[in-house]
Amino acid sequence: MDGSPSKINNNIEEDWSTTVRFAGDSGDGMQLTGGRLTFEAAITGMGLATFPDYPAEIRAPAGTTYGVSSFQVRFGEGLIASSGDHADILVAMNPAALKVNIKEVIPGGLIIIDSSSFSDRGIKKAGYKDNPLENNSLAGLQLISADISHLTLEAIKEFGLGKKDGLRCRNMWALGLILWLFSKSTKETIKWLENKFGKDNVLTKANVAALNAGHHHAEITEISEDILRKVIPNVKPVPGKWRAITGAESLAFGLATGANKAKLNMTLCSYPITPASPIMHYLANYELEGINIYQAEDEIAACCAAIGVSYAGGLGVTSSSGPGISLKAEAIGLAVSIELPLIIINSQRAGPSTGLPTRAEQSDLMQAVYGRHGEAPLVVLAPKSPSHCFEIAQKAILIAIKYMTPVMILSDAYLTNASEPWLIPNLSKIKEFPVSFGKTQENFMPFERDSNTLARKWVIPGTKGMEHRIGGLEKDSLTGNISYDPENHAKITALRYQKIQNVKKELNDIIITGPKKGEILIIGWGSTNGPISEAQNTLSKNGMKIAHIQLSCLWPLTENLKTIASQFKHVVVVEMNNGQLVNLLKVDITPNAKSITQVSGKPFRVLDLIAKFTAIKQLGK
Amino acid sequence: MGINEKPSQLKPADYASDQEVRWCPGCGDYAILNAVRKTLADNQSDTKNTVFVSGIGCASRLPYYMATYGFHTIHGRAPAFATGIKITNPELDVWIITGDGDSLSIGGNHFIHVLRRNLNCQILLFNNEIYGLTKGQASPTSRTGTVSPTTLNGSVESPVSACELALSSGATFVARGVDTAIKQLVPTLSEAQKHIGTSLVEIYQNCIVYNDDVFKSFTDKSVAIEKQIHLEDGKPMLFGEDNSKGLAINSNYSALETVDLSKNQEHITRVLIHDIKNKTIAYLLSQMDQSTMPVALGIIYRIKKPTLDSNYINKLKTHKNNLSKIMKKGQTWTI
Repeated sequence: MDGSPSKINNNIEEDWSTTVRFAGDSGDGMQLTGGRLTFEAAITGMGLATFPDYPAEIRAPAGTTYGVSSFQVRFGEGLIASSGDHADILVAMNPAALKVNIKEVIPGGLIIIDSSSFSDRGIKKAGYKDNPLENNSLAGLQLISADISHLTLEAIKEFGLGKKDGLRCRNMWALGLILWLFSKSTKETIKWLENKFGKDNVLTKANVAALNAGHHHAEITEISEDILRKVIPNVKPVPGKWRAITGAESLAFGLATGANKAKLNMTLCSYPITPASPIMHYLANYELEGINIYQAEDEIAACCAAIGVSYAGGLGVTSSSGPGISLKAEAIGLAVSIELPLIIINSQRAGPSTGLPTRAEQSDLMQAVYGRHGEAPLVVLAPKSPSHCFEIAQKAILIAIKYMTPVMILSDAYLTNASEPWLIPNLSKIKEFPVSFGKTQENFMPFERDSNTLARKWVIPGTKGMEHRIGGLEKDSLTGNISYDPENHAKITALRYQKIQNVKKELNDIIITGPKKGEILIIGWGSTNGPISEAQNTLSKNGMKIAHIQLSCLWPLTENLKTIASQFKHVVVVEMNNGQLVNLLKVDITPNAKSITQVSGKPFRVLDLIAKFTAIKQLGK
Repeated sequence: MGINEKPSQLKPADYASDQEVRWCPGCGDYAILNAVRKTLADNQSDTKNTVFVSGIGCASRLPYYMATYGFHTIHGRAPAFATGIKITNPELDVWIITGDGDSLSIGGNHFIHVLRRNLNCQILLFNNEIYGLTKGQASPTSRTGTVSPTTLNGSVESPVSACELALSSGATFVARGVDTAIKQLVPTLSEAQKHIGTSLVEIYQNCIVYNDDVFKSFTDKSVAIEKQIHLEDGKPMLFGEDNSKGLAINSNYSALETVDLSKNQEHITRVLIHDIKNKTIAYLLSQMDQSTMPVALGIIYRIKKPTLDSNYINKLKTHKNNLSKIMKKGQTWTI
């Protein structure tokens, strides 16, 4: 490592990067500690990606494997789009954290543990038969074993915190040690602590003392320099003001920006559900002009209220995860039928039913495209990274109001929580797309359409002389009055279909990374962008003619994908489900596409993808 | 209405849309529709600011027949749509049109919560104690023993009382009326419209096809005077021929009972004065057993409370943050 490229297998070279994973009990402050290291890496201008991994239980019993929460950060030069296949460094605050995460550490990696937690009781609680520090199970790994609990309490004893509160500073001790490993001072973190608790606060003083103690400990004890200590190189990204952003924040910012550019007040109507709730929390917290949230009594009411918002001339948004989206299906169908703008965000979790609420999967694609009764087409978009969520949210709003249609955004548990550096945009440079409501006119017909988009007019209550009735019963294709006429039903079904197909005009921006013709074209969508693009990047640097498209519009599908795909020997669709996009694409666009799938609730590993792409290439020989 | 028309006194007929009404001949819904149109005309409601929102069922077709804005939504969810509408534009006069199945069965949850939140709107609950549009099955308000295609030997369930449920949900306006009793119904609807908060009006509505005459025991002209009590705030609770009967609390304070003033004039001291703000009495009025007691009609309960929509709009007014600034809050770094 040390700034030189590391070999990840015999003949493939990658840029320098390193991955650190912090693991402990839910209450050990691992997310926060990871966040601090992320910031330290970010200010050097490194590329980075993070991945918090936490259980659905809020505070599971301390010391148990199911209570382990972790935060992984990867930073480095070159393309850093995924949060890392394996950890180079694991900080394990107790035996359970070690047990859950040990398989994530690369051979030769470094493990840092709090030795005091490896008591007989702690070891047993984690489900180990005997002490993993003594039974050779860490062979081939480097170990820093320190009595972090004791050393922390020693360092802060002058501040008179009790044992319980004192031990809360253990994470800062560990962070101090990590900062030293990366040749960083504690300066920035001290500044941050002072800002957080106040300069004279005893908590600041104790945390600073613990942080410095960890840093000094590393310096004075025998941690061999060749273990891992390295300087984070400075790289030069785009100048400007940066911050870290998660998918949830990015969606919240994007929605607010889109509403603002459309000159609409927006209300996010939702019901609490993991992992979608952060979007509602952020918007509640921001208290932005013209942006409101409404916590409904259930998922169905949330969707219906959002439609009500749009009906009255606001922008209705509802967000949820799988179970909630299932409940909203009937209301979404109504929005399709009455042709009103609506944004639906699905932060996909893994599995059917309650499934794995905090894990990511992409298995709601078919539900998004087809999951309503009747022919009920809508637009389905998928952001590919936390920062891309910002753009997709705006695009969704633009399409929803221009085409008078619901738009579903498929995010997932990974995107929601993962973060990456983000160049804060200049909002004044983003183009406005102000909505124009239907104004008073003679002979108004509610379902008369724009000849170009096929969208009907958005006429809101309060508009004089335009009183009209809409509803879920089939309607006359012009007047909107109830109609049971067979020809009319066929006609308006076709119109609703064609209107959604017209959205293709908005989405002529398929980006191909790599050659325009060659051996393999990888098609992915959503949060798999990170691992796929890293695998593509590595393989193409090593000579493979491999290209990558990450689709951000899943419905309607763009036809020119067919032409693009025809230029490649193999088309491979990569997704975290049992092959949903590949089935959509096989119908018309790429009948011979191959499929790589994974349903573990975890993101793809870059190495696995490299191996699979390489095997597919061999196939063709 | 043409757009160039000069504003003039609107008549009930001006609130009728051009759509043909498609209820069964003799359905109680016709009478209610007329009462609603008359109420709007009495109050000179502006058609452009009036929205009728409905769920699914016979009653829920009403919006199509009004020359106002109308939104026929999905089964049971009208209160949720209405909430979205009012928190976006509280100036709109929103009427929720629903039935007993729509609001008390599939939409029971929303019924509770809209009342609890006190959204400023009217709920007209057309209670015919049966599922009409789906062809006659027992509903949550059907009486025990009701015979229907799904309860061939008579329903074994107990009915829910809309007014009691509304009161316990935190309703701020609870009233009752009878479909064909337009003289009483119109003023009740008018008060409901003026009330700031959720106004629930339960309307006993006769389903001529599947549950005909179910309310006959107190709506029939021959018995109405003895079997109905028309409540007026501040007035004694009197009913019957020459107001010869009154309502009083029974001896163990558990229910209301009838006192016969024709037998003993001194009972007048026991007769309750209707206090529209008294929730306990409101419960007792809602609970009266139809077989032995009169049915309470008119405004049973009314109090003032802040509304959800005004709270939302006031909260939104305090939202002054600028997105650019928010995005730069927290940890940033400059390169």
